[in-house]
Amino acid sequence: MTRFLLRRIPQAVIVLFGVVTLAFVLTHVVPGDPARLIAGPNASVDTVASIHHQLGLDRSIGYQYWRYLVGLFHGDLGTSYALQDTPVASAILRALPISAALAVLGVLWEALLGIPVGILAAYRPGKLADRVTTLATLVGLSAPPFWVGLLLLYVLAFKFNLFPLSGYAAPYINYLILPSFTLGLGGAAWYARLTRTNMLEALRSPYVQMARAKGMPERVVLLRHCLRNVLSPLLTMLGMDLGYFLGGVVVIESVFGLPGAGKLTFDAIGTLDVPMITGAVLFAAFFIVVMNLLVDLAYALVDPRVRR
Amino acid sequence: MTAILEVDDLTVDFSRTTAVRGVSLRVEAGERVGIVGESGSGKSVTAQAVMRLLPPTATVGGRIRFAGQDVLGFDPARLAAWRGADIAMVFQDPMSSLNPLLRVGTQLTEGLRRHRGLGKAAARAEAVRLLRTVGIDDAERRLDDYPHAFSGGMRQRVCIAIAAACTPKLIIADEPTTALDVTVQAQVLDLLDELTERHDTATVLVSHDLGVISSFCDRIMVMYAGQVVEAGPTDDIVAAPAHPYTRALLDSIPRLDGDLPRRLPTVPGSPPFGNVPTGSCAFADRCPHAQDRCRTEAPTMAPVGPNTTAACHFPLTEGART
Ligand code: SF4
Repeated sequence: MTRFLLRRIPQAVIVLFGVVTLAFVLTHVVPGDPARLIAGPNASVDTVASIHHQLGLDRSIGYQYWRYLVGLFHGDLGTSYALQDTPVASAILRALPISAALAVLGVLWEALLGIPVGILAAYRPGKLADRVTTLATLVGLSAPPFWVGLLLLYVLAFKFNLFPLSGYAAPYINYLILPSFTLGLGGAAWYARLTRTNMLEALRSPYVQMARAKGMPERVVLLRHCLRNVLSPLLTMLGMDLGYFLGGVVVIESVFGLPGAGKLTFDAIGTLDVPMITGAVLFAAFFIVVMNLLVDLAYALVDPRVRR
Repeated sequence: MTAILEVDDLTVDFSRTTAVRGVSLRVEAGERVGIVGESGSGKSVTAQAVMRLLPPTATVGGRIRFAGQDVLGFDPARLAAWRGADIAMVFQDPMSSLNPLLRVGTQLTEGLRRHRGLGKAAARAEAVRLLRTVGIDDAERRLDDYPHAFSGGMRQRVCIAIAAACTPKLIIADEPTTALDVTVQAQVLDLLDELTERHDTATVLVSHDLGVISSFCDRIMVMYAGQVVEAGPTDDIVAAPAHPYTRALLDSIPRLDGDLPRRLPTVPGSPPFGNVPTGSCAFADRCPHAQDRCRTEAPTMAPVGPNTTAACHFPLTEGART
């Protein structure tokens, strides 16, 4: 296990370094001048120039990159352009719990909705439950999340007043149910299909035949012999989803007005807030890399064949 | 002698093909019966039908009786209580028939606990004993290993230990050595031999290899295209096969005197797949002795010797006599 970590952690650091570099370069080559956006449409050339100087944008890109890396090394992600005097790190850290709650709930929806439905469908292939599932997952897979989100908002929040329309306040869970459901729906459909396929394959496998030949009742065959083999690959993907969601889900946070990391990124792009964008991207990449690592670790614990 | 297994006129239909057409088989207590045939002959499907392991898409007809009871009428609870306790199966591929994510000990003890009502500790002690019996060293420790830590031959030993765990009255072994190295094939057969001998367990051995079958079984049943074409005591059949197909199978057994192993050298072609034309001999297209009558009339099983029967209009034994 230590050998595994010793090999994987440096890899992770290199990946993150690559991401920082890429994010930095991309935000600097896009057309558009943040100083002009800050100064406003009527600002004089002098004002723009002085803002340039303030932000350090008059220095060479190489120098800016170097300064950024040095700051990063000291845990400083820079200061936001748009939100004057707010350090990027603290803005992100403030938004993070919201995104984290959304991510965890979203993954829960994916697993709790998708996996049982998939098992049910696989149990009697071609029967009613299976067909309903196939249809439902098709809808779930093809419906764009922002559309589903708006639909849910219209029906459940606007028409029936069951949920708040937008924002984030106590009791927080009320504000999280609809967005997390929307977030998890597409994934749930996907997991339902995957579970069904894996389950059907497992049910046909020789080890299941063997378990039956041993006189194991169908319940034991399903729970002890099949489910393990079906779930262990899903575990990997659920973990990856969590990492992906943790970095902030831009569309859903925007639709539901949740002030999470996704919304932060979205707003930062709108104002060309370069340090904020780079910081958000770095955080998102960090979560993906870390979850990747954890998932591989968990996988090694579940599946003895990987453990070496 | 009492019959452990009686199969009468078994038919198995899949949606498009008929895999087994009218197979009858009788196994006495402690007896060893071999079913031999090429792939697609219906031999494995017959074995699976007896175990009730066929997928729901299969339609099974005829009668299967185990110790007098109607197997096809078992409900799921009766089926689970019967399998593993009274009848057991060894599968072809020991690599995939053990669950990769469960410890060998779990897979070995779950049957013991269910069928013999052993507690956790007792089942484990019994599992250790079983592993030793099948020749696995350091059994105590190896119970906690996962299947991937065992070689193919060792895994098949584990599978045999699982099958023999509750001393069933009948073990069905479906190509138990086919997936193994030649060097361990004999060891695994010897083990099966020893275990079934000790408890007087009846065995049905299914194989495409007449050499394996004839070294192990008291009686042989040769299947072709879903039907039995010849049946009788091993010695009689090996000494004087009546059906041209049996003859071909015998000729394809690799000899120790230097001949290269050949696959049905005297009969080129492959068995018919799907719908065999009725009203002719299924083997007619490949048979070196086929005559006009073979294509107009299907042969039925008839005595061809004191103890053997075969389905052929022109059995080879007759030719030998005249
Ligand atoms: S019936 Fe005719 S074709 Fe069939 S095996 Fe006998 S000789 Fe050959």
